[in-house]
Amino acid sequence: MTWKTTAEAVVIGGGINGASVAYNLAKLGMKDVVVVEKNTVCSGSTGRCGAGIRAQWGTEMNCRFGLACVEKFEQLSDELGMDVGLNQSGYLMVAYQDHEYEQLQKNVALQNSLGYMTKIVSREEAKEICPGVAVDDAVGFTFNQRDGHADPFLTTFAYQEAGKRMGVTFHKHTEVTGVKVHNGKAAGVVTTRGEIDAPIVINAAGPYSQFVAKMAGVDIPNYSERHEIIITEPVEPGVCPPMLMSFSGNYYLQQRPHGSIIGGCSPEGHPADYTLGATWDFLEHMSRVFTKLLPRAKGIRVVRQWSGLYNMTPDRQPIICETDNVKGFFLSCGYSGHGFMFGPVTGEALAQHIVLGKSDIPIDMLHYRRFAEGKLLIEPAVV
Amino acid sequence: MEDKSKDIIVCRCEEVTMGEVREWIAKGYDTFDELKRLLRVGMGPCQGRGCREIIMREIARGTGRPMASVDPGTFRPPVKPVKLGVLAKGGDN
Repeated sequence: MTWKTTAEAVVIGGGINGASVAYNLAKLGMKDVVVVEKNTVCSGSTGRCGAGIRAQWGTEMNCRFGLACVEKFEQLSDELGMDVGLNQSGYLMVAYQDHEYEQLQKNVALQNSLGYMTKIVSREEAKEICPGVAVDDAVGFTFNQRDGHADPFLTTFAYQEAGKRMGVTFHKHTEVTGVKVHNGKAAGVVTTRGEIDAPIVINAAGPYSQFVAKMAGVDIPNYSERHEIIITEPVEPGVCPPMLMSFSGNYYLQQRPHGSIIGGCSPEGHPADYTLGATWDFLEHMSRVFTKLLPRAKGIRVVRQWSGLYNMTPDRQPIICETDNVKGFFLSCGYSGHGFMFGPVTGEALAQHIVLGKSDIPIDMLHYRRFAEGKLLIEPAVV
Repeated sequence: MEDKSKDIIVCRCEEVTMGEVREWIAKGYDTFDELKRLLRVGMGPCQGRGCREIIMREIARGTGRPMASVDPGTFRPPVKPVKLGVLAKGGDN
């Protein structure tokens, strides 16, 4: 790939949010957008994620984002010209504690009021949705068939391919080592392969966003947590049809259309050391959770385990904004485990904000100044 | 003569053909891990034992680089597939 030393906009990070904002900038008419990725596209948090897409949230903002994302994913393969592997098999939320079930019921009322028709379902109905599930110790369930999952690789590559057709350049194995700032304005990036001058620089560096922000002299309170995950060999469909998810149970499990079953949980201690190892403790713990929920899965083999980093903020909601002290330097980070599902919508919203000065879905409340002002947007429904 | 090698199954676990591998290498997906993420090569029960070297050779050929410089990609645990029931029982080792 030839190296050009100027661009209209440089996007740092080739995950879903970087690829999505780059594609959407080109769609809105930008001729010369460059994405720089230190490894390869979709090799970081997006490619390591649990792949879920849901609008079963507990805050109005996230329900609106979630619903916009479900609607976006429903037509994304057509828009990008490549199958993104969407599978709307529903999320079955499982509550084990009374206060948790009360919260889920409140969430359902909120979702319904916004047009997302999640249902409270009985134990018997839950067992019909997920045959063989062992949930006699649970107290309540909610279900929405429109939730589901998509393939993070295919989705991100679909953005890359569609972006390339519209003139977006992707540089892989290109690490940003500096952000250039002149007179309080973004001026470009310094990378391991050379410099690129650009008046717009977008930080979509996922788990490393706080370090990239610092390169421009911007302090954000983000940090990264390692989460682990396992996947089984492919088996016949129907072993785990919906995404099974529980906040108090601390798990999520889903079966890919291809037959493999993916399972993960939130780690104890939330290791925050930026390594991407896989541990025996997690493998054993997750296998116990898995076989307790789905006893008939005991004979299914685990083929792979890995980990990925959640880029966290104090209220577990993303930061999407232009920075106060560096004009033209934008942040799209801190997705706190939900970057894949939100990426198609947040990438579009940020591109609209940059090109048009406003976005279809409001993002003003996602400025990082909310932390200094104490206006946190606490979301109760997260694993 | 028509090139029949394009229909050869390179990854038997995921039934990926030589033609697909060559097509995507030409589009710039020229590392093993990119091809794995795109086509699922090496993600099946054999974890790439059958296809990794063949694909690395194709990457070398497609990019004009020596085979020795082609990154074999990430190897992930477990070394061989293990039943959930066995793992759930745990052990002291």
